[in-house]
Formats: sequence, C-alpha cells, structure tokens
Amino acid sequence: MLTLYGQDFTSRLLLGTAQYPSPESLKQAVAASGAELVTVSLRRESARTSTGQGFWSLIEELGCRVLPNTAGCRTPKEAIATAQMARELFGTDWIKLEVIANDDTLQPDLFGLVEAAAALTAEGFAVLPYTTEDLSAAERLVAAGCTVLMPWASPIGSARGLVNKDALRTLRAYFPDIPLIIDAGIGTPSHAAEAMELGYDAVLLNTAIAKAGDPAKMAAAFARAIEAGRLAFEAGLIEPRDMASPSTPVAGTPFFKIDHAS
Amino acid sequence: MKILLNGEAFATDATTLDELCVRLGFAEAKIATAKNGDFVAAAARGSTPLTDADEIEIVAPRQGG
Repeated sequence: MLTLYGQDFTSRLLLGTAQYPSPESLKQAVAASGAELVTVSLRRESARTSTGQGFWSLIEELGCRVLPNTAGCRTPKEAIATAQMARELFGTDWIKLEVIANDDTLQPDLFGLVEAAAALTAEGFAVLPYTTEDLSAAERLVAAGCTVLMPWASPIGSARGLVNKDALRTLRAYFPDIPLIIDAGIGTPSHAAEAMELGYDAVLLNTAIAKAGDPAKMAAAFARAIEAGRLAFEAGLIEPRDMASPSTPVAGTPFFKIDHAS
Repeated sequence: MKILLNGEAFATDATTLDELCVRLGFAEAKIATAKNGDFVAAAARGSTPLTDADEIEIVAPRQGG
C-alpha cells in the first residue's frame, strides 16, 4: 500500500493527463493504468473557447483524485500563486510543486523549489516537489515540511530512463521512510520496473503513455512493469557478482573426475 | 480603462474583478483568479477593485503532467 500525506493508494502508477490524441484515449489510458491519482494543471481561460470547462467535466468522469501542478512557473512567487489558484479550483491542498530553472532541460530550480515548498507547507499545502536526485536538496525539502519527494529520472519527456541510478539508490537508502516517486524521464516499462526494483514507491508517467502508438495498451504495460518491479523489490533481489556461480548442483555431475576441477 | 487580461491588452469599464468575470461570462465557470501576481480568492473578487494597467489572470483546469 502506498501512503501519501495520509491517503492510501493501491496503484503505484501516477498518470499525467496531457498530450493524449483524444479525450477518449485519455480515459482509456487512465482505466488501463489503474491510476488513482492523476496530474492536472491550470491555464489561462479564454471567454471565447472556455476550454477548461469541458476538460473539467472529463476529469470528473475519471473518478480519480487530482494532483494539480505548477508547471511552467519560473519563480517561487509564481508557483505559490499558482498553487493557491489550484487549491481553490480543484478543491485540494495537494500540489505537485514545480519551479523550473531552464527551458531546455526543464530542470527544477532547487533553490526556488525549497523556498516555495516552505511557504506552501506553512499555508497547509501537501507539497509533492518535483526535484532532482540531489541529496542536499532532498534534505532541505524534507526540512521544509515535504513528506513525499519526487525526483526526476531524466529530463521531462526525454524518455532516457534512470540516468543517475547510483544517486537514486543513495536517495532511497538515505530516506527509507519518505515515499519517493520517480517523476519525469521514464520512456519504457523496463525503466519503470528498474525504479521500482530500487525500492522507489511509485512512478509518475505521462509522455511515455500519451505519445505511445496505443496509449491504453502502453498504460497496461507500465502497470504490469511497476507491479513486477515492486514485487521484485519486496521479494529481495540477489546481489550481482563478477564470476559465474553454477545453478545446477555440482555434486553428482556425470563423468566428474577430480582433475577436472583443477 | 485598459488592463492586461491573461497577458493581452483589454479595455473594460468593470470596476471590480468580480464584475469583469461576470461580463466575460465566467459567473458560473470553474475559474481561479489573480491580480498583479497575487491570488484573489473567489469570495474576494467583489471587493477587489480594478484600476488602469492591472494585470489580471483568469485560469481554468487543463491537462497536465
């Protein structure tokens, strides 16, 4: 069972709602993924098109808990005001906090992120910060009141998987009791399984599913990979070793003579 | 009076943020607002005056990752 800010979730797959070829495709992908928590955003509403009103009806049909983000915010001030608008709009004090440092890498501005996280926590928000694998930033986010961390695997939408696996392993070892969710950079179900095998608590996906040839089928593939990775972690993986170790019993090998062993 | 509405120049004689929202057809809409970078709660729109060159944001739910 995954527990985030006192809420229990059966699924360890969190799903983004952007970039699907159609609203129907989004609904099918959410159903196939088993996700119970989906990310959403807020954007400028045009009086002419009222795009957001239709999207909200679609989200209500999904029956999932929503996690609004502060995507695109470049400063703590922007992120805080966006979180406040999201809280009123979506009726939740949960916020996926993003403070973006750079348009090319979409990497978090860790300094701004910590500042915004502290301010929002003080206002009663449950902050899920999009961060890097950096341990000192993680420590400061926890000190700021975050009880969940969401490190990237690689840049958003890059599909490169876990580019700094050692640091992610360190983060897991250092924060055994903090739910850690991989957010961004996952391209394949095997990447997601790898994260889960490391002991990560959940994976947040969007592009890898939404841009797949068949989003619903890919959502099902990810759901199984995440479940497989989690089971493997719980089962206890064996340690890698340099040399071979026979799996078939050596004792009783036919034609065995002692000088073969030398 | 000229304000900046969602990043674009906009002429209005609405005197409060609430009045602006109603005139835009957002009376019943699922929206959130900000003025000059600060969040304005729905309940406070009626007591939030509009003045020349104010920067107003009106946002609604949208797809997100």
